[in-house]
Amino acid sequence: MAKILLVTFGPQEAGLAGGFATQLGAEVTVLALGGVPSVGFPVLDAGFAEVPPSDTISAAVAELAKGYDYVVAVSSLAAKDLLARVAGHLDWPLVNDVTAIHGSHEFQHPVAAGAAVETVRVSGYGVILTFRPAAFPGTAPAGESTKESVSLAVAPGSRRTEAAARSGSRPDLAQAKVIVSGGRPLQTAEKFEQIIGGLADALGGAVGATRAAVDSGIASNELQVGQTGKIVAPDLYIAAGISGSTQHLAGIKDSKVIVAINKDPGAPIFEVADFGLVADLFEVVPELTAQIQQRAVAL
Amino acid sequence: MKILVPIKRVFDPYAKVTVAPDGQSLEAIGAKFEINPFDEIAMEAAVQLREAHGAVEIVAVAIGGSECEEQLRKALAMGADSAILVETTDALDSRVVAAELEALVRELSPDLVLMGKLATDGEGNQTGPRLAARLGWPQATLLSSLSISGNLATARRETDLGEEAIEVNLPAVFTTDLRLNEPRYIALPGIIKARSKPLARRGRATGVTAQTVTVGYESAPTRPPGQRVNSVTELVAGLTSRGAI
Repeated sequence: MAKILLVTFGPQEAGLAGGFATQLGAEVTVLALGGVPSVGFPVLDAGFAEVPPSDTISAAVAELAKGYDYVVAVSSLAAKDLLARVAGHLDWPLVNDVTAIHGSHEFQHPVAAGAAVETVRVSGYGVILTFRPAAFPGTAPAGESTKESVSLAVAPGSRRTEAAARSGSRPDLAQAKVIVSGGRPLQTAEKFEQIIGGLADALGGAVGATRAAVDSGIASNELQVGQTGKIVAPDLYIAAGISGSTQHLAGIKDSKVIVAINKDPGAPIFEVADFGLVADLFEVVPELTAQIQQRAVAL
Repeated sequence: MKILVPIKRVFDPYAKVTVAPDGQSLEAIGAKFEINPFDEIAMEAAVQLREAHGAVEIVAVAIGGSECEEQLRKALAMGADSAILVETTDALDSRVVAAELEALVRELSPDLVLMGKLATDGEGNQTGPRLAARLGWPQATLLSSLSISGNLATARRETDLGEEAIEVNLPAVFTTDLRLNEPRYIALPGIIKARSKPLARRGRATGVTAQTVTVGYESAPTRPPGQRVNSVTELVAGLTSRGAI
């Protein structure tokens, strides 16, 4: 059986790889760079308190990868940054954002801002992939597995002088089942938090934002959803005051149910929405929040 | 200080891209070709570094067919001092491009390579780090700010959690994200001046072949049409019946 080295940057990621590994028909070993997952896959724990910059650990990861047929990771900025460098060291092919497996060396991935999907065939001794977990349903085996420490040499390279930190207690966008996103019409950071944050909290969901909302300073950087930013695939995506630029739509297309709330009936977001409500978000979003809260009380 | 800026020729990123009838290529009917927008940001960043530091030489490079001259002329109009076209009709993937860029870097010895985080057509997302690994240089990707003092670059970069600050010694490979800058409008004098700047054509330096070949393209699956609702109550009812809440 082919062997996969699954590189993880957070403790939740290994749990998202079950469906992908099954489809690839390969045996998984996890290389945990950030937090040790509790899954049924054997785990190699690098023991880092925080994942070091890619250029300082890529050579060590590449060395370890030589014993595997595939090096894979859940798509993220961190994964693409590290695995592209590992691909350079090993001179192996890399396909990012895989959404379908057509064979041991044939994969599908989105191109041109999600306008099309490309199937590529790769050649080489080993293959490196990042994948979108929403395209590969299935869970990782549960239960205990072997865990051993692995020592990865940290080489000189770039130095982090200030770490990014996620604030607040809401779920992470990449894993959230429900996401409520807002655009620039929210006008201020206070209204954004009150209206978008309020509905998200009523639904136990995460908050997202458009690039325009982030650039105008009413939502923070890490909330940006879209081709630049996070690609998301929640069960429910509610877009309030979002017109639906190509790059934003490319980031939400895999959501199960999309709700659009917008004053402009011609907004492109309505073309992808399962439910469209043409209305002023300042009136209907608080009303929706209230109805959700009442339901919660009634249950 | 010398900066190498690799430039890719892509469809106008705002054009509607469709799959050609034979399924073997993408097309954008009537669309123009442009510099990959992330590479344009890299070009702007290079020009801003020259404005801040004075003695900075900027070399733009493209790899591909003779038609890439159009984008190199635009890079020259933006402020590159010279341009190199590595002319080839070979199939190119990130591996080939990184190998060709590596050869150029070893020949020209720039202090920085400044390039887009990805190209908007193929979205390979890997050439910068691949090149850095081949060179054994540090990398700083997805930049939202960059400043250089002597041999030290300080930068902010986009991460999954927001933004982090890093510092890195030159030489290094940098890739740009959208927030780094807004490329300037090219004024007519720049376009005229670009015509007389040197643009050298040459062949490939390596025999490296592509590892990734396109089997075909399909249109992205479209979502079935949804329904309009007229009130919040109707919306809640609809979401409830779909099991979404």
